[in-house]
Amino acid sequence: MSLAAETPAASETILRRNLATFTGNRLAMLCALIVVLFVVMAVFAPWIAPHDPNETDLFRRLQPPGWMAGGEWSYVLGCDALGRDILSRIVYGARISIFIGIVVILVATTIGILAGLAAGYLRGWVDMLISRIVDILLGFPYLIFAIGLMAMMGPGLWNIIFALAYKEWVIPARVVRGETLVTRELEYVEAARALGASRGHIMLREILPNVLSPVIVVATIRMAHVIILEASLSFLGLGVQPPTASWGSMVADGRAFMLEAWWVSTFPGLAILFLVLAINVASQGLRDAFDPRFSE
Amino acid sequence: MSLSKLLERIAQLVPVLLGVSVIAFTMMALTPGDPVQIMIGDQAITAEQEAQLRHDMGLDRPMVERFFIFLGNTTHFDFGESFYHKRPVADVIAERLPATIELSLVALVVALATAIPLGVLAAIKKNSIFDRIATVGSLLGVSLPGFWFGILLLMLFAVHLHLLPVSGRIGFDSEVPSVTGFLLIDTLVAGNMKAFGDAVAHLILPAITLGLPMTAILMRVTRTSMLEVLRQDYVTFADAKGLSRRRVLFRHALKNALIPTVSVAAIETGSLLGGNMIVETVYGWPGLGRLVVESIFLRNYPLVQAAVLFYAVTYVLLNFVADLLYTVLNPRVKL
Repeated sequence: MSLAAETPAASETILRRNLATFTGNRLAMLCALIVVLFVVMAVFAPWIAPHDPNETDLFRRLQPPGWMAGGEWSYVLGCDALGRDILSRIVYGARISIFIGIVVILVATTIGILAGLAAGYLRGWVDMLISRIVDILLGFPYLIFAIGLMAMMGPGLWNIIFALAYKEWVIPARVVRGETLVTRELEYVEAARALGASRGHIMLREILPNVLSPVIVVATIRMAHVIILEASLSFLGLGVQPPTASWGSMVADGRAFMLEAWWVSTFPGLAILFLVLAINVASQGLRDAFDPRFSE
Repeated sequence: MSLSKLLERIAQLVPVLLGVSVIAFTMMALTPGDPVQIMIGDQAITAEQEAQLRHDMGLDRPMVERFFIFLGNTTHFDFGESFYHKRPVADVIAERLPATIELSLVALVVALATAIPLGVLAAIKKNSIFDRIATVGSLLGVSLPGFWFGILLLMLFAVHLHLLPVSGRIGFDSEVPSVTGFLLIDTLVAGNMKAFGDAVAHLILPAITLGLPMTAILMRVTRTSMLEVLRQDYVTFADAKGLSRRRVLFRHALKNALIPTVSVAAIETGSLLGGNMIVETVYGWPGLGRLVVESIFLRNYPLVQAAVLFYAVTYVLLNFVADLLYTVLNPRVKL
């Protein structure tokens, strides 16, 4: 860590410089824009979706996309086995993926920051306890842990969020703990201690601003991971339950009809790919700007 | 690495394994639904028989006592009886395990065999078109949802092009006596090359699907570490001595550049376990991953509990091996 990063005022300048570096990366900015478009699509789904995503019409069962023989342009991506409009379901499905991604990351990051700060600053038994919990949770492969919890709680939106956040917080916690261990020894933190600042003040007002950059980077990288995990759980039938549209379950629904109707699985899968790829590229840009140790 | 350090590291595994067991136990103990009712199903039994069954399963004991019984039983691989199979859970898992291990190992080989040459090439040709394609490819590799990619491969190579089989481990016309449970070995032991080819053909698509994210990660790691090694003084010195580029790259640089790759590969092998559930479901692969998914829907909780514990213990041990490997390969790092 450079000397310039030792005070909160200096870290604000660095933040601005890092943001300028990020906005200068055209590819990362384009991908960030794509992510924003997906978020807009999710928020304004009722106005953007051309049809009711759950409206069935058996006369349109497995209707091909608009440009194929037998397709209609008003159902541009075709229909599924129940005659539901695939585009509308993709638009509404974005709500599930993005909502779960954002809530899981927000909850996990908040818990992770608090746990990491406490472990790194207070040390002693607090550090030992938190570090052991982190080690135990890291002992489970992510998907298996989530599947085990979903088996216990049953499918459902909030259960998925709980199952994913339950383990996700350990990643920001580890990052924050490591950064806090370094920052707590810096002179300005010692000065705050000498001036009689409380532990809470030192952790939240002095240390936190200095450890936020890596946390933001990790949060964006993990968001893509969480979205794929949610889609995987939905694909296995352990996610959001029908008729609510979710991309993973849409891919699963289309599996049985891949021979006659490839579009049912293909388009929701493409939606996952585009969103996750855009988040990954944008987060790589963020990482290069905010944490130059990793740039090549 | 000294023996005392190794023992200290092994001792650190104990609380983690204990914690993992507590979580695996409570996950299933807190699951709604009465295991006795699930086991009885539609059978008509008397209240006494039901009480006896509850007693036999230890469900009338306090939770803490049940946990210690569970822990004691797991030490000699007794995970209770599978509700669905009406056989010991350990037997059912042991039956499915070779298929999962075989698939994971082949996926690992595919990932290493692809990632290392591509990563090295990308580093040597830094900023070239090949490097950019490799970078985009690795980003795609970690962004592709495995279940969707698997379906696409299946449709293209199995359904449309008829190049590879659709699902399972081996065709119905190949009869192979089971010796190890690993079909690649059993077919060779039987001297049945046709069946061996068939087993390989069944493995290709699942192994590619499972290994893809790992390939992407390992390729990036290899590229980065190769670039770092190529900047080292000893490589410049080897170049200055007039050694051939090939010799410098493969004899001097690659050996050190592969240290992080091997270590990350060991860690990522653990994540293959999670991917197995998806890939085995997509390809109808009769392994442990698919068995767990099926068991969740059948509410076959003893099996799910044992599998979660098995996966977690394997994962912890693999991470331990990864740590050891890193220390052994890189003596500058202390355990």
